[in-house]
Amino acid sequence: MTSFVQGRQLTLMLSGEIDHHGASILMRWCGEKIAEYLPKTCILDFRDVSFMDSSGIAVVIQTHRRMRELNGEVILRDIPPQSWKVLHAAGIERIAKVERSVPV
Amino acid sequence: MKSAENYMQLEFPSKSINESFARSAVAAFAARLDPTMEELGDIKTAVSEAVTNCIVHAYPDSIGVILIRCKILKDNVLDIVVKDRGCGISDLTLAMKPLFSTGNEERSGMGFTIMESFMTALKVTSRVGKGTTVHMKRKIIDRGESR
Repeated sequence: MTSFVQGRQLTLMLSGEIDHHGASILMRWCGEKIAEYLPKTCILDFRDVSFMDSSGIAVVIQTHRRMRELNGEVILRDIPPQSWKVLHAAGIERIAKVERSVPV
Repeated sequence: MKSAENYMQLEFPSKSINESFARSAVAAFAARLDPTMEELGDIKTAVSEAVTNCIVHAYPDSIGVILIRCKILKDNVLDIVVKDRGCGISDLTLAMKPLFSTGNEERSGMGFTIMESFMTALKVTSRVGKGTTVHMKRKIIDRGESR
């Protein structure tokens, strides 16, 4: 997992399979990055996620909570179809902006 | 198992490292039905949810046994049973409600909702102190026929 910062925008590049087994480490990593950079916008980039179950929903919700404390926002970028189906089932678009950087 | 065209069984300890193994094994078994990427993704997600429930809820403080039985029934139906001998669920209606969870903040409470919406059929039976059985079916569209 890698991250980069442009101004007050933090991008977290998620990768591989997101499930319960890896969720606590991933959540801690996201939380630490946000605490370190205190961004205005946190982008969770899903392009390299090969599989995600409902554990990924919890990761987005937790990131949303942290960003709300900072009066910031969460953007979910480039979500592959399988991950999108899971996130959409939870109505994730109600708490985070969803965008695409590359044409489908 | 006579009515099944093909079947397989898996037994493994409720360690979270096995979540990936379980969903991949079921996906590999389903592969001969020639599922689409979407169908395969749905199956893997539902299995992942069912197995995670066993690990997190059925055996919260110990390692127990998880059993998966898969069958291929006629008309391209994949039949999946995920069974544990854990603590059981006292209120199934509540447990299956979207966003309800007894887990910590790492859980979203969406497991059963996802199983229900990604599978063709879902039946859950549970007895407190005895365990829980999740029975799912997923019809795989026969693309040979539709083309």
